[in-house]
Amino acid sequence: MKEKVIEKILMLLAFSAIGVLLLMAIFIFKEGIPIIFKAGINNFLFSTHWAPTKGYFGIFSMIVSSLYVTIGALIIGVPLALACAITLAELAPLRLTVILKPTIELLAGIPSVVYGFLGVVLLVPLIRDYLGGPGLSLLAASMILAIMILPTITSISIDAIQAVPYSYKEGSLALGATHWQTIRMVILKAARSGIITAIILGMGRAIGETMAVIMVAGNALKLPSSPLSPVRPLTSNIALEMGYAAGDHRAALFATGIVLFVFIMVFNVLANIITKRWQQE
Amino acid sequence: MATRINPLISQRVVKAQLWGLTGFTIAILFFIICFVSIKGLPQITLDFLTTNPGDMGRSGGIFSTIMSTLYLIFIALMIAVPLGIGAAIYLTEYTRESRITYIIRFGTECLAGIPSIILGLFGFAFFVMALHLGWSILSGGMTMSIMLLPTIIRTSEESIKAVPYALREVCFSLGVTKWQTVTKVVLPTALPGIVTGVVLSIGRCIGETAVVLFTAGSSLRLPQSFFDSGRTMAVHFYILAREGISMPNAYGTATILIFSILFINLCAYYLMRQFLKKYAIFG
Amino acid sequence: MSAKVIVKDLNFSYNHQRVLSSINLTVEANSILGIMGPAKSGKTTLLRVFNRLCDLIPNIHIEGEVFLDEENILRPDIDVDKLRKRVGMVFDKPVPLPRSIFENLAFGPKLHGIKDKNRLEELVEKSLRLAILWDEVKDRLHESALKLSGGQQQRLCIARTLAMESEVILLDEPTYGLDPVSTLKIEEALQSLKRNYTIVLVSNNTWQVARTSDNVAFLLMGELVEYGSTHGVFTVPKDKRTDDYISGRFG
Repeated sequence: MKEKVIEKILMLLAFSAIGVLLLMAIFIFKEGIPIIFKAGINNFLFSTHWAPTKGYFGIFSMIVSSLYVTIGALIIGVPLALACAITLAELAPLRLTVILKPTIELLAGIPSVVYGFLGVVLLVPLIRDYLGGPGLSLLAASMILAIMILPTITSISIDAIQAVPYSYKEGSLALGATHWQTIRMVILKAARSGIITAIILGMGRAIGETMAVIMVAGNALKLPSSPLSPVRPLTSNIALEMGYAAGDHRAALFATGIVLFVFIMVFNVLANIITKRWQQE
Repeated sequence: MATRINPLISQRVVKAQLWGLTGFTIAILFFIICFVSIKGLPQITLDFLTTNPGDMGRSGGIFSTIMSTLYLIFIALMIAVPLGIGAAIYLTEYTRESRITYIIRFGTECLAGIPSIILGLFGFAFFVMALHLGWSILSGGMTMSIMLLPTIIRTSEESIKAVPYALREVCFSLGVTKWQTVTKVVLPTALPGIVTGVVLSIGRCIGETAVVLFTAGSSLRLPQSFFDSGRTMAVHFYILAREGISMPNAYGTATILIFSILFINLCAYYLMRQFLKKYAIFG
Repeated sequence: MSAKVIVKDLNFSYNHQRVLSSINLTVEANSILGIMGPAKSGKTTLLRVFNRLCDLIPNIHIEGEVFLDEENILRPDIDVDKLRKRVGMVFDKPVPLPRSIFENLAFGPKLHGIKDKNRLEELVEKSLRLAILWDEVKDRLHESALKLSGGQQQRLCIARTLAMESEVILLDEPTYGLDPVSTLKIEEALQSLKRNYTIVLVSNNTWQVARTSDNVAFLLMGELVEYGSTHGVFTVPKDKRTDDYISGRFG
């Protein structure tokens, strides 16, 4: 008897948990979808004219900015992350790895606002003085994001590399390949899908990051003409205008959120497909 | 004609580069921590920690922000922990793998990836506006609990699944009921893993800004009830930094932020090692 | 000799695969029934029907009846928890609970309502003596059970079912992987236990079955090929397949 009651309570908890998450998804879509159709989906996604108070809801420049910032973060961050991953997984003695891996993961614990702040105080002036432009730029955002996603990519890549069966490595070395050749031609290939997953996870986090980006990206509503241009990605737009948006304007922000969410979903699905395809090989 | 470089030499070059990049990365971490601490530690006196901010944050300490942060964490955990662990128990112990559990798990994964700004947007529109809770610790805590839920469910599930099936069989064979098995054997064994997940969640709460700013507001006063608005340490730091109000105070707040999160992550790491040790016995 | 457990026309399948076909046998009270047969013959499944642990397997289909003292335990309205108090089980690998030796034994009785400290201590001592483990652990009852050796842990598991004061004890390959000394101690314990308990022992090891049991059942691919007194079956097997199995031609 008591058992049945407990089972029902647990089921309630489980469905509440899921229900809450579902509620949120439905709410966001309910708020945001109508405005997309009102403004016209083509207009919404591909127009660069964003003047919400006057009825213009084109988020194209923001989409482009988000993508550039993310790609920039990957260009800077992935080589660094992979270097760390290879070093810790293959080159460093185990005792060192055991200390250093969590250390790098600690980077992930630093609040995004601190990253943004340091970006403003240290990085932006450097860019402004040595490279030109206002300093608050696409470049600054990409660099900060690169450091922020580095721990994620490194950590998962280390796991992927360590998961490669030792026999692969042994076999390659036995054939006379050097350690680096083994890493390059055998281990990295075998760890491919894990590393790609790591990178895509990093992408998801980069495109979703708000606070650090707001502080260093410049927030200009134009399509970026160079890495030194100030930009306003999707996340920044939502954060900057949320405080005073009402009615259609607020709905447009929800719609922006939906677009953001769709991008992240696409990344995740891509990750799954790529992983599956490479696992089949 | 291309010259072939001796692979052993190119290997040395590559390895040096790899080590260099790794060292560079770790140097960045230490640089960040040192830079902030050096500027911030002088600020951190007992006074700083126990006085409320005055003059928009230009003077005084950060006491009210510390309390707001703690209140927020309290509400978030009060909701997310029972819900999350309960859901995890139900999914692992009371159901079999089926289409439904697959969908639930997929949904949880998706929602784990939602950017915090969207959560903030939702919290604002739903709790602050639609439910008329206004900017409050309550709104902030409830929105934060949504952010923590997927993580707590996932870590709890994994910890519970790690408990060997044989232990459950033994309990059943002794005529022990399912709930008794869960509470007396499964949960205690899975506890370190579950607690690690909760502890890591606390770390996220402390550092989170986007969600909190738009739901709990930024009132500098010490909240008298959960319906009051309150400014967490992270939000306080953001405002101090953005408005350039007080650099020393900003650095001080940032130092507290970083060190409390570092401390929490260390606790979580230590707990995880305990869990793995216990599990290894059953190996 | 009276019958403790009677199996009538038992058919068992899961996921549409037939595992047991038309099993009919009787387990005499205060005796040891050995169930032998090659791997995958359904021995463990049959054992698990006796304490309804088979319920944990998904998609099962059972037909037939199993009587424990005149009560059909396959009826859906049977209180399974109470049944498992009466029918205890020891598994092929020792699985101590992550607790002290004392707590391992007191675990079941406590959850079934026994709170009196003296009674619990009595039960613990009695079960440990019956399992021939008392002398080895009496000075460290509050140490972790995980520190015991494999053989000791298995005897602890036997003691655990004894602490429940079950009437029937089921053992699934109890000495699998244990050293000969522990094995002997366990077989010894079973011999003295059968005076007060009814025991069903599943074993891949025909020697062990021959040594310990009073009656034996030979299962082959879900079918009960032969059943009778151990002496009878091992000296003059009625079925050729039994003869082959005993002489080691397969299995």
